[in-house]
Amino acid sequence: MIVHPDGSRCRLADATPKKLHSVILAKKQISDTITEMEVYAPLVAASALPGQFVVVCQNEKAERIPLTISDIFPQRGSVSIIFQAVGRSTIELSRMNAGEEIMSVAGPMGQPSVIERFGRVAVIGGGVGTAIAYPVARALKASGNHVTVIVGARNKDLFILTDELRGFADELVLITDDGSSGKKGFVTDALRELLEKTAFQRVLCIGPLPMMKAVSDLTKQYSIPTVASLDPIMIDGTGMCGGCRVTVGGEARYTCVDGPEFDAHLVDWDELKKRKAFYFEEEKRQRDIALTGQ
Amino acid sequence: MTQQTPMPRQAPEKRIHNFKEVALGYTEEMAEQEAGRCLGCKNPSCVKGCPVGVDIPGFIRKIKEKSYVEASFIIKKTNSLPAVCGRVCPQENQCQKHCVLGAKGAAVAIGRLERFVADWESENACAVLHKPKHHSLGKYHVAVVGSGPSGLTVAGTLAPLGYKVTVFEALHKTGGVLRYGIPEFRLPRDVMDREIDYIKALGVKIIKDAVIGKSAGVMSLFDEGFDAVYLGTGSGTPKLLGIKGENLSGVFSGNEWLTRINLMRAFRDDYLTPFPSARRVVIIGAGNTAMDCARCALRTGAEKVTVVYRRSREDMPARKEEIENAEEEGVKFVFLRNPAEFLGEDALEGVRCAVMEPGEPDSSGRPRPVPVEGAFETIEADCAVVALGQNPNPLIRTTTRGLKMTRWGGIVTDPETCMTNIPGIFAGGDVVTGEATVISAMGAGRRAAKGIENYIRETYKQDF
Repeated sequence: MIVHPDGSRCRLADATPKKLHSVILAKKQISDTITEMEVYAPLVAASALPGQFVVVCQNEKAERIPLTISDIFPQRGSVSIIFQAVGRSTIELSRMNAGEEIMSVAGPMGQPSVIERFGRVAVIGGGVGTAIAYPVARALKASGNHVTVIVGARNKDLFILTDELRGFADELVLITDDGSSGKKGFVTDALRELLEKTAFQRVLCIGPLPMMKAVSDLTKQYSIPTVASLDPIMIDGTGMCGGCRVTVGGEARYTCVDGPEFDAHLVDWDELKKRKAFYFEEEKRQRDIALTGQ
Repeated sequence: MTQQTPMPRQAPEKRIHNFKEVALGYTEEMAEQEAGRCLGCKNPSCVKGCPVGVDIPGFIRKIKEKSYVEASFIIKKTNSLPAVCGRVCPQENQCQKHCVLGAKGAAVAIGRLERFVADWESENACAVLHKPKHHSLGKYHVAVVGSGPSGLTVAGTLAPLGYKVTVFEALHKTGGVLRYGIPEFRLPRDVMDREIDYIKALGVKIIKDAVIGKSAGVMSLFDEGFDAVYLGTGSGTPKLLGIKGENLSGVFSGNEWLTRINLMRAFRDDYLTPFPSARRVVIIGAGNTAMDCARCALRTGAEKVTVVYRRSREDMPARKEEIENAEEEGVKFVFLRNPAEFLGEDALEGVRCAVMEPGEPDSSGRPRPVPVEGAFETIEADCAVVALGQNPNPLIRTTTRGLKMTRWGGIVTDPETCMTNIPGIFAGGDVVTGEATVISAMGAGRRAAKGIENYIRETYKQDF
């Protein structure tokens, strides 16, 4: 069933393509660079689960970019995305406003996060990765896990969703690189402290690549099953191009259809880092264009 | 005249700097001259070679009479995408192969004439439209998954009969492989858009960004009001070599290389998708996709483009015309070399190849390439493109329980009706046959449309 923003419904067979267009329903600037948008995307909202993502293409000439779904509102046919304006595409997307139309929001892509009753779980979000960690952590809590959330950021202005997380997490640890809020240090420092005291059955980490690798290296020492949500370069998101392939346990896997979550201990992090850096110069040039207009 | 009327083309030295169409099409005079060669056989064998059974002598007769609108009407009776077929069909292996003139000289250039008719129609803005016949059929809904050639054919065949058809496309552009796979210099975007507009004008709804299997399950489509479902999801997952270094930066699948250029138009400055500025590009494989990849590489500024193939020149699966085009443009070919490893530290630096020699014939009848003991050669490269073909996209397979599949991941169907083991679900094109041609996918689309029509008539007998 297609749910229209006004709550009315129709069968897919009776749907009009025009009425499915992805209108931005609400926009909230969470920090200088982090934006939250609720987007009308009834086909995504009807079937999305925590951990899945959408591929967004802002307009005819834009890139297709994968953005994780941070919240799902099936009753009004919409999903939320939270993203950081780091490159030209995200900067330009962040300049759009409620009422405007994004050309393309396709999904839900990828495999949902594995939500089971594991016992004691640590969910670690770094920077904007917290937006992805949030729905997964909430689902883990709802499945009866004891959930500790560790959120790391460079400084206190970059924290997102702190109130929402505090609402359900059994324990919330905030840590900043500069000590401007919560503890001073990295998420791995906070995690190590916890692991010394308590046994965890599972760790989930989502954030910048070096952070995920560091978490993975740490939990390996404690033999705790650890999952990382990866964000390599991607185009279609449907398994067509193979651009997002990563080596996991010696095998090439497609992040878009097999992931985005993989066993962190088996990921070839160095290879992923190199693949992500492939367009570095071009990305920098485009970012400058977006910021300066030339 | 025993020779075909030649078609003007862009000169190689000019065309390697642009993405405009290489073959420029017939003028009216050329079309008439070529049409004049057709004998108008009473019992035409060319039609047998056409997977969608176009009335070839019929439309050529109309060209002779200068009745181009009528010629188009005849073609569109069985072919919803004539401008595409006139450009990308391997006519030399199909209709033209059976032309009686071929025995003595050259077959009639049927493809070029088909293209002429389709282009004339668009240039003269007199769109031929087969209007829905039976409005009572409008209560039956058919879902078509995938907007590639087979899906569009199912839609273009059922809509004029009166059925309500909705096409679901996972990407943000319609056309499937026609859009992301075939470069603009072989199939211009406006030609593609025109064909899609025609399908829409027939009353077909196209819903983009709908990833069936994810956004909505195949089986759920019946609850959503559809009476039959057609799966034309194509073969969209790249085959890779599985050799060392394949995940180095700079190693691409043919699909990614072409998607960046064709779908995302990375060759244009005003489009944002990045593309590597590679000086030396190695293309692995020798099919049409490999030729397309090589020619795209030249057009995006590569200085040296080398096609590496493990067999010999005469075994290349690409169309002769495409190989000639690539050679004219300056693509180099290296035969009897098989990639063994991609070399490089942070990114690709070269492709290490095993030297091969032709051995005994294999199951394909071609000499099996056998490695020469200990002989290797390295070709320097900044980018390598693995263009060895595709496997069926796994999205439908992994999300539709009970659907009967082959061992290689294709969907099993009844060859005549195109119905799968699940009643009401049909499939055709590459997802059933494995990688084949645009026109054979369209042929399956026509058979499936017939199968769907019979299925609906049988299922809702009381209504008919």
